[in-house]
Amino acid sequence: MYKNFFKYLISAIFLLGFSVNSNADFKVGFVYVGPTGDHGWTFQHHEGRNAVEAAGIKTTFVESVPEGADAERVIRQLAQSGHDLIFTTSFGYMDPTNKVAKDFPNVKFEHATGYKREHSNVSTYSARFYEGRTLLGHIAGKMTKTNTIGYIASFPIPEVIRGINAMTLAAQKVNPNIKTKIVWVFTWYDPGKEAEAAQALIDQGADVIMQHTDSTAPVQTAEKAGVWSFGQASDMQRFAPKSILTSIIDDWAPYYVERAIAARDGTWNQQDTWHGLKEGMVAMGPYNSAMGADLVKEVEQLQKDLASGKVHSFTGPIYDQKGNILVAEGKVADDGMLAGMSVYVKGVEGDIPK
Amino acid sequence: MSLDISFIGILIGSIMASSVPLILAASGELITERSGVLNLGVEGMMIIGAISGFALMVITDNLFIAIVGSMFSGVIISLIFGFLTQSLLTNHVATGLALTIFGIGLSAMLGKNFVGIPGKEFPILFSSLRESIPFFGPILFGHSIVLYFAFALPFLTNYFLKKTKLGLVVRAVGDSPVSASNQGINVTLVRYCCILYGGAMCGLAGAYLSLIYTPQWIENMTAGRGWIALALVVFATWSPIKVLIGALIFGGITILQLHMQAIGFRIPVQFLSALPYLMTIIVLVVISRDSRKIKLNTPTSLGRIFYKEK
Repeated sequence: MYKNFFKYLISAIFLLGFSVNSNADFKVGFVYVGPTGDHGWTFQHHEGRNAVEAAGIKTTFVESVPEGADAERVIRQLAQSGHDLIFTTSFGYMDPTNKVAKDFPNVKFEHATGYKREHSNVSTYSARFYEGRTLLGHIAGKMTKTNTIGYIASFPIPEVIRGINAMTLAAQKVNPNIKTKIVWVFTWYDPGKEAEAAQALIDQGADVIMQHTDSTAPVQTAEKAGVWSFGQASDMQRFAPKSILTSIIDDWAPYYVERAIAARDGTWNQQDTWHGLKEGMVAMGPYNSAMGADLVKEVEQLQKDLASGKVHSFTGPIYDQKGNILVAEGKVADDGMLAGMSVYVKGVEGDIPK
Repeated sequence: MSLDISFIGILIGSIMASSVPLILAASGELITERSGVLNLGVEGMMIIGAISGFALMVITDNLFIAIVGSMFSGVIISLIFGFLTQSLLTNHVATGLALTIFGIGLSAMLGKNFVGIPGKEFPILFSSLRESIPFFGPILFGHSIVLYFAFALPFLTNYFLKKTKLGLVVRAVGDSPVSASNQGINVTLVRYCCILYGGAMCGLAGAYLSLIYTPQWIENMTAGRGWIALALVVFATWSPIKVLIGALIFGGITILQLHMQAIGFRIPVQFLSALPYLMTIIVLVVISRDSRKIKLNTPTSLGRIFYKEK
């Protein structure tokens, strides 16, 4: 009898605790694919979270969540535990995010780099990283002596293919003899494999290494081998001070703060955001002085032109590998085409794996 | 790909570098298994070695302490396994699996504060000879001391097992602990020593990853190499020299796969990552067909708990 009474009392207290918690304060949750200390992709999202926290909003985060079944469990858990807005920060969280969103219509979801907004409480956002890739391609085309650029690619998704194409187009413009060698590692984060891939590319004559993976292993390998490299997602300069020419930096902080405040104040709307150099969601790290003053000036001008819209990364004529026209002369690729990009442009070697 | 001779030299050099953790861990595990103990905790011991080595490097700024410390941490964690299986007579398989899970979790916890810190450059030997001699240069020179040790280890292990009295004792304990015990050999003590030695080598294998191969710490950075090392012992049919050959084959698959991609030749990556295990299964099938030659090295009491009759 008493036993039961205590049982009810305890559960009542717990229930009270939970409900008070979820009503009293507004909470934002973050789901990361890597550790916050990866000094790449997740690190930058975490910086964004810190900015939200600094704006006086309570946040929690879960790191190193694998894409797949685990992701849904984690997102659901966050939604259940009273989070009002949840940022899911990896492409592979796309379906789990939409699935959970269906069951929690009062929770708002923000999915990074995806394109599915199946429910009115799901927004998507991404950055025009390809603008940064254009700058990288320009620099790489000018800096390479072997005319071979090594590219470590993660998964064959539009985001990654777009980066390869943007880089190749820009490099071809300044150096028509350029060759892009690509190695797919099928992971976002495996330093051992990324280092091996970088080494393989260097052994095959690449003297500029570029990565679309998240760890600092490739730039460290490049530093050891004495070839050029670029930081990815975050300023990786201190991991390879001699080798890194510049870094593409993702700055999520302003967006996160804006969306968190909107959700708190009830002005949050479903939207699809795609910001670039102009809005500052894509920024460039410091340029290595080894590039020479002229090249730095050139690249800085190109950066301004990309930001102002004077130059577009995908300006026609652009051909695919077979020579079919993708973008006509004088036209630029529209966002729909960019978002679904699934073929290589002319000049990239090899096939896209399935 | 230019198939010139100096390129092949470079290629072999990087295959060697990638096979080092496999050689170290498998050689250690080989001794453990030859004494009749099956320790499936290789992955866990390696990851503990990786974080201990890296943490000690950051704290003491001394690579020697880091290397020795990583081996010591391997010894400590394998001591847990030894105590459970030898003193408390628990099941080898279950305890080993638990050790791996424990190691991965513990290393992630210990490593929290060491994520994202750049590693220190590990000294390489004869780097000038590497550049100046074509083909042989990148194969023989410009490696870390750990690599040279790893490549000597299978030969030392072979000598130890075949030519020394202690090696004979280890083999006897692994083949027939009852007879060994009747001969006055302390089976439990021998097995303890072999387990601790295996732990030390796995710790060193982990430190090779976090200090030399990719000098940094990240969670789960051994990424299944411990399991490949375990498969390698079976693949090598418990022969130390074959461990060396197998490690080069397994390491070679990874490296060649990347090179083939870079020249535009495509094979499914998933197939290649499964290949070491597939090859091991084939060897297991061959063993079970009872070819005497292969059975020669197999410790007959592998994984069996030894009860000393009082």
